Amino acid sequence: MKDFWQRFRRNRGAVIGLVLLLAVILIALFAPLLFPQSPWKMVQRPFLPPFDMGQYPLGTDALGRNVIAGLAYGAQVSLLIGLVSTVVSLAIGIPLGAFAGYFGGWIDDSLMRFTEFFQTVPSFALAIVLVAIFEPSVMSIIAAIAIVSWPPVARLVRGEVLSLRSREYVEAAVLSGQKTSTIIWRQILPNTLSPIIVLASLMVATAILLESSLSFLGLGDPNMMSWGYMIGAARTVIRQAWWLSFLPGLAIVLTVLSLNLIGEGLNDALNPRLSRKGK
Amino acid sequence: MLKRLTALAATLIVAAGTAYADPIAGGRANVVIQPEPPSLMLGLVQNGPTQMVAGNIYESLLRYDENLEPLPQLAKSWEISEDGLTYTFHLFDNVKWHDGEAFSADDVVFSADVFLRETHTRLRSTLEHVESITAPDANTVVFKLKEPFGPFIGVFEGGTMPIVPKHIYEGTDYKTNPANNHPIGTGPFKFVEWVKGSHILLTKNEDYYIDGLPYLDEIYWHVIPDAASRAVAYETGVIDILPGGSVENFDVSRLTAMDNSCVTDKGWEFIGPLSWMWLNNREGPTADKRFRQAVMYAMDREFAKDALWNGLGKVAQSPVSSSTRFYSDDINKYDYNPEKAKELLAEMGYDGTPVRLLPLPYGETWQRWAEAIKQNLEEVGIKVEMVASDVAGWNQKISEWDYDMAFTYLYQYGDPALGVARTYISSNIGKGSPWNNVEGYENAKVDELFDKAAVAVTKEERQTLYTEAQQILTDDVPVAWLLELGFPTIYRCNVKDLVTTAIGINDGFRDAYIEEK
Repeated sequence: MKDFWQRFRRNRGAVIGLVLLLAVILIALFAPLLFPQSPWKMVQRPFLPPFDMGQYPLGTDALGRNVIAGLAYGAQVSLLIGLVSTVVSLAIGIPLGAFAGYFGGWIDDSLMRFTEFFQTVPSFALAIVLVAIFEPSVMSIIAAIAIVSWPPVARLVRGEVLSLRSREYVEAAVLSGQKTSTIIWRQILPNTLSPIIVLASLMVATAILLESSLSFLGLGDPNMMSWGYMIGAARTVIRQAWWLSFLPGLAIVLTVLSLNLIGEGLNDALNPRLSRKGK
Repeated sequence: MLKRLTALAATLIVAAGTAYADPIAGGRANVVIQPEPPSLMLGLVQNGPTQMVAGNIYESLLRYDENLEPLPQLAKSWEISEDGLTYTFHLFDNVKWHDGEAFSADDVVFSADVFLRETHTRLRSTLEHVESITAPDANTVVFKLKEPFGPFIGVFEGGTMPIVPKHIYEGTDYKTNPANNHPIGTGPFKFVEWVKGSHILLTKNEDYYIDGLPYLDEIYWHVIPDAASRAVAYETGVIDILPGGSVENFDVSRLTAMDNSCVTDKGWEFIGPLSWMWLNNREGPTADKRFRQAVMYAMDREFAKDALWNGLGKVAQSPVSSSTRFYSDDINKYDYNPEKAKELLAEMGYDGTPVRLLPLPYGETWQRWAEAIKQNLEEVGIKVEMVASDVAGWNQKISEWDYDMAFTYLYQYGDPALGVARTYISSNIGKGSPWNNVEGYENAKVDELFDKAAVAVTKEERQTLYTEAQQILTDDVPVAWLLELGFPTIYRCNVKDLVTTAIGINDGFRDAYIEEK
């Protein structure tokens, strides 16, 4: 663990990313304490510019809603949807990939054809269709993002399992009479963990982007203030009040960037030999 | 004895054109038409864009000023008998169709009695009150009614009763008549060409029956499918006139801030678009009258008007729009008063049951409006869940009564009997339509008042009945009235007298002229 942290720390970008992400997490956690009023509350005259009034440091939007409160509550939505949808897609992708990789043969074939079916459909288009059919809500958005995000997980896990299952320690486990499920769960999967962790950190970033894009198009949960919604609502007044689109956009960029930096740092820390070779 | 309601056309034209300078003849008006109309034959198609263009080609007997008082059009004067059963119209005698044929009372009889009865659903139901339409001589038309029908004087508008040429349509298949592609009317402008997807060109009718009119040489209607491009076309000077609804609301303030740019929300008095929220009177908290009243008190409608509608329009106080006939000021009014709303909710013992709110999926303005109202309601303690939906889903949910609160807006057509009663009378309750008594309001007294008022003879009698109906309705609050919508017409300030009637630019180019800058 100490080793891991030292290797992670060597990547300065990753540390910056971690600090950024921690900041976003803290803001999201303490949003209700920092801004006890609902982010939908119309508190001041519309289009108050930033830095004009100490109480509303980032100004107000087209309906006079506090922009900084919206950003804080938006962080909650983004992180929640990013995390949960990633967990769900891992829960779909890992078992599928593990079965396909371990058993091979027709099971592998059929599972991979099934995966390819999802891979060939443009994921964003599929997400839009799913959300539109089930009516926008947190649940339907999480489901849609999870459904379009699991195929890479399945393929990654399958590849790893495929190479691990012919290792001697796995064969030894088979000879010792362990149950198949125990072998997959105890012997193989723990060794695929590092690439999965790296992938997962990037998937959270992608999920946040997807959620923002959906909200931008008006397919967000209408009861939750999210960054994509804020940009979508402000897009119509971009010529009068560019900062209303810019600020939530900046929040998305920083959060996604921090996750990418962390992903890279994790990659370095978890696969030390691989990552340092080229440098 | 006849009550003469005569008014000379000439005086009215002068009255309409009370500008400082004399009108100048000549010039071309560049106007946006959005969306491109499906047809220009106003007798067959009466939707918004068709009427906007074809209202300059076809005419009816009357037009209406902003108080919905009738003005002469093809009829230079008219009388209504005292029993309210006989309407006599005296027509201008020098009117010619655009193809040179003389116009006569026979054309009016043919249009109203034969042609429009077959093609015009809205007029057909009105004509059920009519016993006979006759032409005693070439310049006189007489409508005899079976029973008095108050709103009747309001149906002689261009989109409601366009007069079509008998010599072209009689005995033909109306829908396939080749003249539909080259409309022939009596109006101030003649059809020249229509290049689909590009433009419609109208030119001045030199033989128009009122000397000196129209002033403009041409009207050039530009078809520009994208809202942002329409706004840019106005900014760059390609377009002089943006009719109401042709640009997004949020662009209005930017466009009107330009030099030489004017805006008016007049010209919609005839159709009187009124917006409200359906409140489901059948079930849930909205079934309680106190809850519905609380909703009225909780909404900050002035704020919505200013922040979302650029200050255009008017807060709606009554089921009858203030521009519609028989609006009464003697009603229960609801000003923004959250404390009062809270009291009412406490009195009814509202237990925090969430209500579902369905916004109108017509774009950003309506979405923001729903958010603002949701916030208003939550501040007095009403729990609101916003339901997202597309146009088809919205239609279906409302038609199937699957909502608690839902945005909408409807037209009033100048008279409560035509455009208001349908929302509140219990005989109009029925699943499957989003335009009838969707809220499920039932009140025998209100039914009776609306029934009586439609057939009452005198104005005073009708006013008394409608006032009482409005008093009951504003107490019961079957729906939550929002705004009398003001759709902005944006135009160059040197275009004068563009909107002078309650029908707006649909028949406005007759009197419009362009002044040198």
